[in-house]
Amino acid sequence: MTTMAPMQRGAIDPNSRLRAVITGWVLIGLAVLAAAVFGLDSAGNATFRLTLPRDLVPLPNLVVPAAPFAYFVSAILAFLGVRQFLRGGARWSSLSLGIGLMLAVAAFLVWTAAGKSFSLTGMLESTLVRAVPIALGGLAGVLSERVGVVNIGIEGMLLAGAFAGAVVGSLAGGYAGLAAAVAVGGLFGFLLAALVVTHRVDQIVAGVAINVFVLGLTSYVTSQVLTKYRFLNDAPVFRPIPIPYLSDLPVVGPVLFRQNIFVYGALIMVALATYYLFHTRHGLRARAVGEHPEAADTLGLNVFRIRYVNVTIGGMVAGFGGAWFTLGSVGRFDEGMTGGRGFIGLAAMIFGRWHPVGALMAALVFGFADSLQQKLAILQTPIPSEFLAMAPYIATIVLVAGLIGRARAPAADGKPYIKD
Amino acid sequence: MDIELRGITKRFGDVVANDDVSLTIRAGEVLGLLGENGAGKSTLMNILSGLYRPDQGEILIDGKPVRFRDAKDAIRAGIGMVHQHFMLVPVFTVTENVVLGVEPTGLFDRLDIGAARKQVRRISAEHGLEVYSDALIEEMPVGLQQRVEIIKVLFRSADVLIFDEPTAVLTPQEVNEFFAIVRSLRDAGKALVFISHKLREILAISDRISVLRAGRIVGESDPKTATEADLAEMMVGRAVRFTVERKPAAGGRPLLGVRGLTVLNENRETAVDAVDFSVGAGEIVGIAGVQGNGQTELVEALTGLRPAAAGTVSLTGTDITGLSTRQRHALGIAHIPEDRQRMGLIGAFTVAENSILDSYYEDRYAAGIALRWPEVHKAGAEIVREFDVRTPSVFALADTLSGGNQQKLIVGRELSRDVKFIIAAQPTRGVDVGSIEYIHKRIVEARDAGVGVLIVSTELDEIRALSDRILVMFRGRTVAHFDAATASVRDIGLAMAGVVPQPRAEQVA
Amino acid sequence: MSEAGPATNLQGDLLKRAVTTRNDVEEIFLVPVLVVAVAIVLGGLIMLATGIAPSRIGIAFAALFTGSVGSIGALSETLTAATPVTLAALGVALAFRAGLFNIGAEGQILMGGMAATIVGFAVTGLPPLLHVTLALLAAALVGALWGALAGWLKAATGAHEVITTIMLNLISFRLVDYLLRTPPVQRAGRADPISETILPSAELPRILTAIDPNLRIHAGFLIAVVLVFAIHFLLFRTTRGFEFRAAGLNPDAARYAGMRSGLIVVIVMAIAGGLAGLAGANQILGVLDRASPGFSSNIGFDAIAVALLGRSHPVGVLFAGLLFGALEAGGRQMQVSAAVSIDLIAIIQALIIVFIAAPALVRFLFPFAFGKEARR
Repeated sequence: MTTMAPMQRGAIDPNSRLRAVITGWVLIGLAVLAAAVFGLDSAGNATFRLTLPRDLVPLPNLVVPAAPFAYFVSAILAFLGVRQFLRGGARWSSLSLGIGLMLAVAAFLVWTAAGKSFSLTGMLESTLVRAVPIALGGLAGVLSERVGVVNIGIEGMLLAGAFAGAVVGSLAGGYAGLAAAVAVGGLFGFLLAALVVTHRVDQIVAGVAINVFVLGLTSYVTSQVLTKYRFLNDAPVFRPIPIPYLSDLPVVGPVLFRQNIFVYGALIMVALATYYLFHTRHGLRARAVGEHPEAADTLGLNVFRIRYVNVTIGGMVAGFGGAWFTLGSVGRFDEGMTGGRGFIGLAAMIFGRWHPVGALMAALVFGFADSLQQKLAILQTPIPSEFLAMAPYIATIVLVAGLIGRARAPAADGKPYIKD
Repeated sequence: MDIELRGITKRFGDVVANDDVSLTIRAGEVLGLLGENGAGKSTLMNILSGLYRPDQGEILIDGKPVRFRDAKDAIRAGIGMVHQHFMLVPVFTVTENVVLGVEPTGLFDRLDIGAARKQVRRISAEHGLEVYSDALIEEMPVGLQQRVEIIKVLFRSADVLIFDEPTAVLTPQEVNEFFAIVRSLRDAGKALVFISHKLREILAISDRISVLRAGRIVGESDPKTATEADLAEMMVGRAVRFTVERKPAAGGRPLLGVRGLTVLNENRETAVDAVDFSVGAGEIVGIAGVQGNGQTELVEALTGLRPAAAGTVSLTGTDITGLSTRQRHALGIAHIPEDRQRMGLIGAFTVAENSILDSYYEDRYAAGIALRWPEVHKAGAEIVREFDVRTPSVFALADTLSGGNQQKLIVGRELSRDVKFIIAAQPTRGVDVGSIEYIHKRIVEARDAGVGVLIVSTELDEIRALSDRILVMFRGRTVAHFDAATASVRDIGLAMAGVVPQPRAEQVA
Repeated sequence: MSEAGPATNLQGDLLKRAVTTRNDVEEIFLVPVLVVAVAIVLGGLIMLATGIAPSRIGIAFAALFTGSVGSIGALSETLTAATPVTLAALGVALAFRAGLFNIGAEGQILMGGMAATIVGFAVTGLPPLLHVTLALLAAALVGALWGALAGWLKAATGAHEVITTIMLNLISFRLVDYLLRTPPVQRAGRADPISETILPSAELPRILTAIDPNLRIHAGFLIAVVLVFAIHFLLFRTTRGFEFRAAGLNPDAARYAGMRSGLIVVIVMAIAGGLAGLAGANQILGVLDRASPGFSSNIGFDAIAVALLGRSHPVGVLFAGLLFGALEAGGRQMQVSAAVSIDLIAIIQALIIVFIAAPALVRFLFPFAFGKEARR
């Protein structure tokens, strides 16, 4: 009798003007950086190699004159920045910031690669690989939050998947390990649903508990059992499967079509999830449950069941993503090896505005930063590698502050549905 | 299709919401179900639509007993309900909302939105319910949202339509249109239930009337012979006065002045558009209008919750446009917000804590940084006694109070200090008749003591009962201005729909 | 729904508090005790499942007990371990009360700890009391700034604190790595990431050396206890605390009542960060004497669990912190005596969180322990 009318909802946002101004300052700061640091300090050309040694079709290298490029970027950044103060609408400040950051990254790359040569294709390839667990974690979050269940437990589900994949994979082979990872992930998804849907445990509490529990259990079993019986922690690794013909394409081939099943699987799942959520009957129902469970209930939809099913599927996706850590790379489980990727996946989900494709894009940004840092360590830039490693996180904060302050979570996200 | 409810009883904990209720609903007939807020009307209808299960009693359709396990069973049986708070997903389109749960699908579970759209258009054409099938609900006016709800019910081929307080959000003209739709549905052989606490509307639309009080059916009535007074007495259990007793306005010096006030909403669109008006000491000005025409933003701008994009607000001649909510409060502006549970109270706080929610920092409640709890509790008890808030203790949580008592607590908090000006938004929404009378009385008393009052309400009856002058807001502007003593419902209603009487009744003051 | 209560209440009645019912007693005392018992029993079952002989499980439980409360030394270890997690959890709990989810305690601990380290070795010539105070203040200040940054981002731009604090955590890991590899913070002559050792004047004094010089419990514990009551006072006895709680329970109503939500967010996150910073300082100045990578050792995340377990009530947090400290200290003993991995403790902790958060599960397991009303 006292529920809020749907019209009255929506975040109050008195800050868009401020955000536009902050965005403006950030852009101008980047412009100064590009001109004063990258521009003045650059000499010669930056050479980007587009071809990997094993490629069939060799492409010429991409050669960029470093200093002029930096000044060019600086000019554009300054223009975008000044524009913010003149007429900064919320929509435009997001776009400007996005473009600005991309340009700044490009200028940075050119600066570090000035006078040297650098494999662009190799970096893009590892970008995609590193994005996989983050994207799958983010996708797990999307599936669960779209039905109104906040999933802080993704980290734990990834870890559980990694563990199950390693142990079962060691005993019964890679595919069995993969199946076990998916099943265990699903189990924890189901457990989360049981706690928050049926028992109405606070959703964040339940997620934290799952994280602590999985971390404890897997670490315990690792040190108690796996160290003694090493054959239990020696799983096969899935090798890349080149797609015939497509994998021979320059640049695109090695990046997209010479990967292992985790990369393909992540891309397919993102596509499937998008189709499911936005183009099917069950997707419509799922979103209705996440936005307005009472409405779904009055139409005879089973809110509880829909939440159970989607959160469980989300757990299975996370379990698959977890197997990447063991079956997709090293074949061995180490304590806490997911290293916060689940939380970054959560960030990717919010960053990607609760959309599977958005989460994937955000994951690629993180993956890019991750792989960039690796490559730059080799190039020996004057910047300490720790600061490079920080850059993506700082960029995320800037973007979250500037870009998606207005993003809207599903309306019933985090709220238990109480009947009677 | 006829439906009979027999001996329905439903309890929530210790509260008996429905007590041995029996009703008959017949095809080709409108049953008016009258009762005040909290009488158990919604519970009864939620039982009929399968959302609640009765503790006792049975439901018979065409003489055969049925059991509804969930809403789906009731829908399948041909029962459709239009809820008081619309059950529409705001970020979905009209079509998506209508087909949700019974979606036409193709291969691979694909939602056939084209087919769905066609069906929606067919139904809206058949019954004269015009809507744009691809519009997002959150971008539609409430009147149209109601049409979507009706289409939704018809889409499920309902034979029985239940309307729970359907006119609360409509202009008088929209009410007439709505009644026309109801009558055409009745003539098409549907059975209809019209739930309301508004006597006039129940009398106008019903073929039969049943009255519910405190969970029981206390009487049946024939609208052809019944009078509003009879029904009111039956509904409340005692004689009710319809008019608020009040002396003519004293018409003191101007207190609140609003000049060219323009306010933006969240999407940076103009919600209040260059509004001018003033309120004198000892005067009640009512702002009428359909929900969503800028009233919320106007109130927020007057109380300092939302910045003014242009224009000024002054109190006793001093410009207060730039002042914060806290500063305005200190100047003696009281605010009764429109949604007591979201804006007015903290449900998990005690009655005492809520009674100082906006004055906790004042010297009477705080010594330096420390709260003086004994004083706070005493103040809470004082307000509880003074404003007739029914609570066992000031340590009870606000959540445990009934709507009327929560509202009296807020009114008490706002009026129990040195107040110059009262801004009351929907002061009696969802409140029982006793509390309504009481709150109205206290507001009029404040006026008589020389306080200026601005009432914002979508209930035209309330505006007319309380105000000395009436302003009508439409799309962010004050489109008309009436003297409450002489204005007709028709003229105000037309103005609420944006049709301004020519020539204007009076120039805007 | 009918009107409750008589029409006229005597003022005396109105001011009477509700009597403590059997239900409340069960809620506050019985549930936690049963929860801990169930979690420990399940821990035993897990040991059994991983092939540990029942006799060794017995030794493990005995060690868990003696290692946590079995002797003065054990108690000292328990309190030493409880100190930082209690401090950090106090901050997390305060943020919870104000409706904020501070996942950033881990990073705030690191930043505060680094500040304490730097002041601890770089500032020389101060008398002991002054030096340690200065180091603590620096840690609190840096932690507060780190927390306030997330608060400011939320207040100014609406950026969700969960995202920003996660990112700030990751940033602080890298920042600490950098500092530990860079002189003058890096210890002279070392290639691995480790800081200079703090001066003795910056150490938090041990408080029970009179009994036994090996007892590690230090003055940080006293600071934590004092702060528990300070935060309790802040939350429940001051106007600021009133604002925090109001904003946490219903931000809209708080705004309508004229409270400045943006300012509240910044202040709360600053206090939370300051407390976590102190937790970091406690580790450095009271236990480790130097910083090395990961010296926060997950305390910031444990703090979330402790805050939840203590139901975001300062006194509850103290007890939950003591419990976690006891499990930590007992777990170490368990690892030594019974060769059972200390990771078992994390499992038990997780089970405790789940059961505390879902008391229905406990009532389901022990139907006989509760009155009728509670079971309904």
